[in-house]
Amino acid sequence: MCLVALASPINCVETDLTADFRDQFLLCYQHMLLARVLEEKLGSLYRAGGRIVGGVYLGKGQEAFSAALGVQLRKGKDIYGPLIRDQAGRIAFGEPILDCVRTYLGAVTGPMRGRDGNIHRGRPKEGLLAMISHLGSLLSVVAGGLFARRLAGTLGDSIGATSIGDGGTSTGAFHEALNMAAVEKLPIVVSVANNQYAYSTPNTRQYACENLVDRAVGYGVSGMVVDATDLASCLKAFRAAVAQARSGGGPQMIVGTLLRLAGHGEHDDASYIPDQKRRDPSARDCLQVAEDFARDHGWMSSAELRDFNEEVRRTVDLTISKVSKEPTPDPFKEKWQALSCADLVEGQHEA
Amino acid sequence: MSITYLEAIREAQYEALRHDPSVFLYGQDIATFGGAFKATKNLSKEFPNRVFDAPISEDAMVGMAIGAAVEGARPIIEMQFADFSSVGFNQIVNQAATLYWRTNVPCPITIRMPSGGTAGSGPFHSQSMEAIYSHYPGLVIVAPATVEDAYWMLLDSVKLNDPVIYCEHKFLYYHLKAEQIGDRELPIGKARIARPGRHATIVTYSAMVHEALRAAEELQLDGYQIEVVDLRSVKPMDTDTILASVARTGRLLALGEAFPWGGVTAEVIARVTSEGFHLLDAPPMRLNSKDTPIPYHPNLWKSHRPTTSTIAAALRRLLRY
Ligand SMILES: Cc1ncc(C[n+]2csc(CCOP(=O)(O)OP(=O)(O)O)c2C)c(N)n1
Ligand SMILES: [Mg+2]
Repeated sequence: MCLVALASPINCVETDLTADFRDQFLLCYQHMLLARVLEEKLGSLYRAGGRIVGGVYLGKGQEAFSAALGVQLRKGKDIYGPLIRDQAGRIAFGEPILDCVRTYLGAVTGPMRGRDGNIHRGRPKEGLLAMISHLGSLLSVVAGGLFARRLAGTLGDSIGATSIGDGGTSTGAFHEALNMAAVEKLPIVVSVANNQYAYSTPNTRQYACENLVDRAVGYGVSGMVVDATDLASCLKAFRAAVAQARSGGGPQMIVGTLLRLAGHGEHDDASYIPDQKRRDPSARDCLQVAEDFARDHGWMSSAELRDFNEEVRRTVDLTISKVSKEPTPDPFKEKWQALSCADLVEGQHEA
Repeated sequence: MSITYLEAIREAQYEALRHDPSVFLYGQDIATFGGAFKATKNLSKEFPNRVFDAPISEDAMVGMAIGAAVEGARPIIEMQFADFSSVGFNQIVNQAATLYWRTNVPCPITIRMPSGGTAGSGPFHSQSMEAIYSHYPGLVIVAPATVEDAYWMLLDSVKLNDPVIYCEHKFLYYHLKAEQIGDRELPIGKARIARPGRHATIVTYSAMVHEALRAAEELQLDGYQIEVVDLRSVKPMDTDTILASVARTGRLLALGEAFPWGGVTAEVIARVTSEGFHLLDAPPMRLNSKDTPIPYHPNLWKSHRPTTSTIAAALRRLLRY
């Protein structure tokens, strides 16, 4: 087990580019584009008003980092706890975009049935945990799933994976859970998307270590830094981390450096991010970087890119128009039952 | 010139900072950004080095406020949403609430909690935490319903030598306006008669005061005069004002937006039935939200919480008894 936190970021080099790598790269690119187009659509629905009540939170700029982890996971075997900006990772894991749209629009047909919304969705029995808002609280839950499997002798080579932002790493819950996962040597990959801001708060007000990955050493966890705008480097890092975790290497922490290319939510114009920061290499658009990379390596022609783009847009439009016709929740049909044991639910002691 | 509930909260913090050098503000995104709801807008500019962005560390935020208070500071902590105060729960109920009792050293901290439901906010950005905190000895819990109270009760909270949980309702932030902030009328611990009446009493607080007033208007069309008591502070609770009102009307509806089990409405009813049973002409009633987490979709959300029409229906049943 590698206990050294690498100070210099993981970089992808030509020798890494096997056929398998190329296939995964192209798959990721497709997931990223679908996520981007879908989220743009959700953003415009939000701005148009009416259909989406409540916030819309985009993963713009974080698709490569998110998808590169999601694509390593095997639905039905691994446990995934995505967070705010993981639309691409969710798609890569196998969450249908129908689940996303239905949850944003509050359709009863969706996994959350209008009870919870937007990014707060999942299908826990399919290994896709449904985040609560309270940051930091997901990691221990992923750990618990793996712990139980190990107890039951069903762990095999399955792993858990979850994400957090730079801000979320400041929670006690995150520290406690990472320590616990390390003590238990659980096969967990923790991806830390350091997009340099937590809402409006810059890194300088969030942590005082040189790099967030420095923390990995303190917990006895393997750590790597990666340029999260570069899909190839992200893939290399997550492929290595997942392989380590699957083969008994314990928790792996990957810190991705990037910039949030959207507001905290669509209500936020992010005017607190200085222009100069937006010209930083960390502000590169990962989608563009990946597209250039694929084209430069002859993995995808411009025509193929264009066709694919159109197909993605069609898929998103169809999904949204389908869900728009689906029923929203009816309070009179709603069970209003917070316990699974129906016989223990109290009557409404009210007027 | 009018002022909103939210602006009143901002103004009160301005005054607190201006008058008392021991006051400082600590919370996520509250400095340059001015807070998620803009309740601290420009304050970091006007008071450099007294308004600080905190990491996402609610437990440590409250702990540091307690330590600072021991040293003579009077910190105001902003929770980004009341819901996230659960992460600082231990420090609030075990450290802050017990400090004076254990050590004779008071703990003058104010924790601002943007509370209550708004459409589309879902289970983790809508909670009302007043009942939870009221359960613990050693805390003062206030829940202003008016622009004046938002202002004066925040200033009073900061001056108070005990930990105060200041529950500000997000629904009132922009909706509620006053022409100006009037004089300070009542201290923390005193309830207010928001509307006089003689046929039934609604005891409530925070945003539900306004739903209650609208329901009272509706009942007026049927010839009923409903008295509305605004608790203002949940703990201490002004039992005398409640009992005096029930003595006038003989009927009680305890109303709250929070979850139904236990809580403020249960406390109101317990006090009235044990201390004023003889005043009641009908069994006292309660109306709260439903006993599930707070739903995201507006259709469900509207049915989850009490509304003018469910309050009016409850009043009609109460009056028919
Ligand atoms: C315990 C807790 N406190 C406060 C919040 C409010 N909040 C939601 S997102 C956010 C910023 C998160 O920043 P970061 O973890 O860096 O993720 P990013 O949004 O940058 O992806 C805050 C403060 C929360 N969700 N949970
Ligand atoms: Mg961040």
